[in-house]
Amino acid sequence: MEILQEKKNKNRKYKPILDRIPDWPVYQLSKHRKEFIDEVTQKSIERIRELRPSYKQLLDDLQATTYREQNRIKRNRWRVDPKDDAVFWSTIKNELVELAGANPEGGHTKVDEILQRIVHRYASEIAGNFKPNSYRLAREVIKFWFSRLLNGARVKKFGAIFRNQYTLRDKIHIVGKVKMIRKLARQGTVVMVPTHFSNLDSILIGWVIHAMGLPAFIYGAGLNLFNIKIIAYFMNSLGAYKVDRRKKNLPYLETLKMYSNLAIQKGAHSLFFPGGTRSRSGMLEKQLKLGLLSTAIEAQRSLYNMEGEHRKIFVVPVTLNYHFVLEAPDLIEDYLHVKGQDRYFPEQDKYGSFQLIKFLIKFFANRSNISVSIGPGLDVMGNYVDENGNSLDAHGRVIDTKDYFISSGQLTIDRQREDEYTRMLSQRIVTEYHKINRVFASHLVSFIAFEMWQKKYHQLDLFNLLRLPEEDLELDYLEFKTVFKRLRKQIFLLKEQDKINYASHLKGNSDVVINRGVDNVGVFHLNRPLLKNKKGNIITKDLSLLYYYHNRLVGYDLEQFI
Amino acid sequence: MILSNSSEKPVGVIGAGNFGTVIANMLAQGRKVLLYARNPDVVRSINETHHHLGYQLSEQIEAIGDFATLAQNCEVIFPIVPSQHFRDMMQQLGPHLHPYHMLIHGTKGFDIVLPPGETIETAKKLDRSVVKTMSEVIREESVAVRIGCLAGPNLSRELALRQPAATVIASNFNEVIQTGKRLLKSDRFQVYENNDIVGVEIAGVLKNIIAIASGALSGLGFGDNAKGLLISRGAVEMVYLGRALGGDTKAFLGVAGIGDLVTTCNSPMSRNFTVGYRLAKGERLEQIIADMQEVAEGINTVRIAKKCADHYKVRALITDRLYKVLFEGLTVEEALEFLMRYPLNIDIDFI
Repeated sequence: MEILQEKKNKNRKYKPILDRIPDWPVYQLSKHRKEFIDEVTQKSIERIRELRPSYKQLLDDLQATTYREQNRIKRNRWRVDPKDDAVFWSTIKNELVELAGANPEGGHTKVDEILQRIVHRYASEIAGNFKPNSYRLAREVIKFWFSRLLNGARVKKFGAIFRNQYTLRDKIHIVGKVKMIRKLARQGTVVMVPTHFSNLDSILIGWVIHAMGLPAFIYGAGLNLFNIKIIAYFMNSLGAYKVDRRKKNLPYLETLKMYSNLAIQKGAHSLFFPGGTRSRSGMLEKQLKLGLLSTAIEAQRSLYNMEGEHRKIFVVPVTLNYHFVLEAPDLIEDYLHVKGQDRYFPEQDKYGSFQLIKFLIKFFANRSNISVSIGPGLDVMGNYVDENGNSLDAHGRVIDTKDYFISSGQLTIDRQREDEYTRMLSQRIVTEYHKINRVFASHLVSFIAFEMWQKKYHQLDLFNLLRLPEEDLELDYLEFKTVFKRLRKQIFLLKEQDKINYASHLKGNSDVVINRGVDNVGVFHLNRPLLKNKKGNIITKDLSLLYYYHNRLVGYDLEQFI
Repeated sequence: MILSNSSEKPVGVIGAGNFGTVIANMLAQGRKVLLYARNPDVVRSINETHHHLGYQLSEQIEAIGDFATLAQNCEVIFPIVPSQHFRDMMQQLGPHLHPYHMLIHGTKGFDIVLPPGETIETAKKLDRSVVKTMSEVIREESVAVRIGCLAGPNLSRELALRQPAATVIASNFNEVIQTGKRLLKSDRFQVYENNDIVGVEIAGVLKNIIAIASGALSGLGFGDNAKGLLISRGAVEMVYLGRALGGDTKAFLGVAGIGDLVTTCNSPMSRNFTVGYRLAKGERLEQIIADMQEVAEGINTVRIAKKCADHYKVRALITDRLYKVLFEGLTVEEALEFLMRYPLNIDIDFI
């Protein structure tokens, strides 16, 4: 179809800001991996002792930790778990039992020693293992195979698979403040915080970082990803460290935070998904996990406390915008399940290596593109920074970020204050997500269709609405188009107020844009969330899925214009 | 002379009204205080006579007239100016503030920003995107983040006489609460802590509505049964409205809620009470406003709260009737009759 032709892609190639891999902070970190793990262990122990000052408290905590760990091993085992997990924890348990009986006088050294072993184990488990050679290899493999797939699928000629007409840059659009992040990464440490919708995000963002010419980042990646072998290989070589969300015990959480904190302090550009887990509902994250986020603030304060020049930390929000999310059916099912019954749902991944490759082939064959919006740089308090890294207030006056940590002229450590700062930062990131979120035609048509049905059946609650037979759901095309025009106008207005962003394909003839949206939304699902029937009216084959894609535009108060 | 001989930095107070002056005096018991006044004559007269509004002022208080000096010398500042001027004041003060400044305000009113040409009455709706508490105004107009508020039964005249009283300091930051406590606490003044700043601010604002109603009951010559009824139903209404506006129920049950409510509803000294009292005596609102020296925050609060209640679909009968009395010519008797006949008889359903 001629009219659906994309505007020519202006994405250019960026030169690396640091040429030699040995100059990269992440390389330095892995070169001294052992020393770094020891440092993390040491500092984490100090922190845990500060939080659990008495012998009794510490002992209680270790017992609780052991109990939970043994429970986890029994109930929820993963392929990546170390083989000696069960043995390790039962040994610890026996030692603790012995200790509980003994008198506290002699127990102090023993309990310290147990703590040391646990924390060291956690630190080694979390630590990433960046290897320049496998990084290069992974990078080339991704580039090579992706462009083979892309060209093979797109240019329908024999031998096309060996052409280089298309590259990944045609498939993945990077928009937003790329220049700025490149500048900031030269002067300070970047902490990138993307939205999280799909397991693919991790690999995608790794490529995006490379494409922007930035050195590899260290990643906080969910340990569950490492269950999938292909992903595990790439993640390991891209500098990922592992976040195990099953472990909620104090020693683990403190070790994890210390790892991130120290790595940031050492200047390693970092990335984690502050939503914690993939968005189940398809909505932009409203509530962020504060644990890892707090490490950026703590690291900044620690840096200000050091002698010499103070390296600044820059927080960069990023949104990933898809027409299609592979896991959407399961995610939304999880969400509805939890919302409907309010009970715990264990995380499962049904997608192995095979499904992933299948998906990639489909993905490249299709015109469905992905865009990645790079947000403006923020300081750790969520203030905007200029290109030179100066924090600015709402009127453009320069703020000294250090002042946030000063009391009566002195730099002070106040954990409660920093907890509050973390909450403030997380709210700023959420606001920024909504601003840089790039609306695709598919998001808008999903939103409109679902809202129109909801309005039509306003007497039904969400669960009853979702239970309606699909045959009953049909929207008159002309009616739909009128609403579409109205909503699109609102989106343009919001954009003028700098509250949202949209893809260029959203402009132009509305029939074309609607078609584009309907054709693209959740295009590879077995049951398409939106279709046009023979009469040209809008129908759905899966209302729950439509609800998922619709959710992307929740939070802008657009419902009132339906 | 600005530098004090004690090692402690001076504390700032902005606003030399009744409450501001009394707070400045209380703070001056242990340190130097810089008291900002807008009017240069007031600044001069305070520094020359050490008297203001009938209060004898501590020698430790120095009046000043510029924000730059204030912000430079004080790390802790207590802004206590009427809500209508609060944003203006912050816009002038803002450029001089740094993130290490601590602001603990004592203003009980809402701020409201409408598009040019609109008034509270013509606006399509009022919600929390335009109705702000003072702490939110401070955030919007400056880089200060360590923000707290003072609220509670604090009638200036009684505080000045050193009668026993208490206040709540609310803030998201323990540091702010502890600092405020250290500066204000004395053997005659108890300070309570709360970390729901928005809840405490809203409680302090909404109680002014009930205070006007209480004055009106007194003006009609009714006694304590009627007052008990009003206060208890008023408290319920405050909880509903307050929750819609983002406060937590607890704040309304404490010193800043019930405590302040009971005091203001019983105090003929309170400005809001006076407004209600004179209304019931048949005076017109314009007349009453014209001969009051300081602002009765409650009048504006009724306008804003009524519109918010409409928007958030909260049943706020007292506010609604009071609005009609103040601005739509309903008489106090008619309003009372309506409330007494209203078929609603569940006592408490929010805990």
